[in-house]
Amino acid sequence: MQYKKRIFIDTVAKHTFKLTGYLVLALLGGIFGMLLYNAISFFAEVRPIDFLTDREWNPTANEPIYGILPLIISTSLVSFGAMLIAIPLGIGTAAFISEYASPRLKNILKPLVEMLAAIPSVVIGFLGIVLVGPQIAEFANLPNGLNALNGSILLAIMALPTIITISEDAIHSIPKTYREASYALGASKWQTLLKVTIPAAAPGIIAAVMLGLGRAIGETMTVLMATGNASLFPSDFFDSVKTITATIAIEMGEVPYQTTHYFALFAIAIVLFFMTLIANLIGEYFINRFRKYHAA
Amino acid sequence: MQLKFKKLTPIVEWGTLLLTTGLVCFFLFVILYDIITKGWSVLSWEFISKLPTQGMTKGGVLSPIIGTVLLTLLTAVFSIPFGICCAIYLNEYAQNNWLTRTIRASIRNLSGVPSIIYGLFGLALFVQAMSLGTSILSAGLTLGLLSLPYIITTTEEALLRIPASTREAALAVGATKFESIKDVVLPSALPGILTGVVLTLSRAAGETAPILFTGAAFYINSASGAMNQEFMALPYHLYMLSTQHQSIEEVRPIAYGTALVLIIVVFLMNLTAFYIRYKYRKNDQ
Repeated sequence: MQYKKRIFIDTVAKHTFKLTGYLVLALLGGIFGMLLYNAISFFAEVRPIDFLTDREWNPTANEPIYGILPLIISTSLVSFGAMLIAIPLGIGTAAFISEYASPRLKNILKPLVEMLAAIPSVVIGFLGIVLVGPQIAEFANLPNGLNALNGSILLAIMALPTIITISEDAIHSIPKTYREASYALGASKWQTLLKVTIPAAAPGIIAAVMLGLGRAIGETMTVLMATGNASLFPSDFFDSVKTITATIAIEMGEVPYQTTHYFALFAIAIVLFFMTLIANLIGEYFINRFRKYHAA
Repeated sequence: MQLKFKKLTPIVEWGTLLLTTGLVCFFLFVILYDIITKGWSVLSWEFISKLPTQGMTKGGVLSPIIGTVLLTLLTAVFSIPFGICCAIYLNEYAQNNWLTRTIRASIRNLSGVPSIIYGLFGLALFVQAMSLGTSILSAGLTLGLLSLPYIITTTEEALLRIPASTREAALAVGATKFESIKDVVLPSALPGILTGVVLTLSRAAGETAPILFTGAAFYINSASGAMNQEFMALPYHLYMLSTQHQSIEEVRPIAYGTALVLIIVVFLMNLTAFYIRYKYRKNDQ
């Protein structure tokens, strides 16, 4: 091929690659801009202060009320419950895989965790209806088991692979010398794990938890199917809840385009966007801190 | 007494960790056991080769299977070229300046954006602004965007593993930068890229939230494969059968069968990815 032509192709390719890089920026900007644009149309009609302080979400009433508080409380309650289950299980499993399991057992456990991560959320939600729900109903003597507890259990299962994988990486990357120094002082394996290895890996573990939390907050299908979707103020884990994601999923299918209710769903989506963004940013901050101290 | 206690403590401590690990495995086991035992009896050649009939209470899941396959192919077409080009830019061309760091930060944030928000974006951009309507094309584009950050990240990791000397060797014999990437870097990074791509697509195949309002339909008469038509998809089918159907108890076996088919599809894709990774690692050593 002619030299000039080759140089020309090279230049064109370079600019094409560059363009795709910029398009990714445009994508994030586009998503945020789209949410903002529609949310602004909403706030032109509903005062932001009402949106944030009204204690009810009832857009289909004669006088529609758009209070996001019950939705935020519901999302927080379900995610908090999920973390209560997933954090001890996740860190325990990560510590076991990293510190106690033999290489052979490791080769079995790690693919199992990946398998758990691969199960689609809609399948987990389905099991919430047919398996977890009836169990909870029987245990707590309720008419049905579609409540916050059900959602928390399912979200914990969904967040576990994230928490296990990242925590395991963090614990595994603590230098051997830390442990050896601790053993030399007469500490047992358990004492070393609890007092040396896990504290040293703490930033990585916090990052794992935050990324798992981000996933739990943003998860739609499992909570949509398993929490009952009553848009009330929940008082405990046995109440039915309607999270932000479930509200969008249910109501977007029913509202006419370009109505206040339609814009309201974008307004709650922007709140969801920031909730997950904050969780992910905190996670990223701790991952960077961890990398700084334990760079390979 | 003292001695006995000392002997016992490690067992208790070890047992705690074993218990947590056991519980996690137990979750996985229960999920798979329930779906497989109850879905197995429904699964038959008829089930995967027949269209749903009589308001979904009879027949099979052929149209959701076709829908999911087409949707995943569309997702691949939209996300793979874009994702790989972007990874090439970041790894081969971009300098370490604020712009590159911003692009990397947005990729990380994009992978954290909830899938339902991608659904909203697809609805606003593809369905409405670009007037593609609720169609398999809109849904495929939406899932393509959702998959993009994962494809970029995994492709970049694969490119990072190619040593600089490989690129320098190509440049030294007179290749332009593009030629060195096209003929040398990409072929050697291909197994790594493929692994990431297949894993990402398996995730996209199981997604429900982004297709809720971009094109998935409860029931479509025929599986025509037209780009501007609504479509049925396995995850959406499972959602509808288990929550929205008028006789939920009656269609429960079909829901189990659908869940099993969906899990099999996703696991087969995962296995393919692991197989590529395994072979690649072996060749590497």
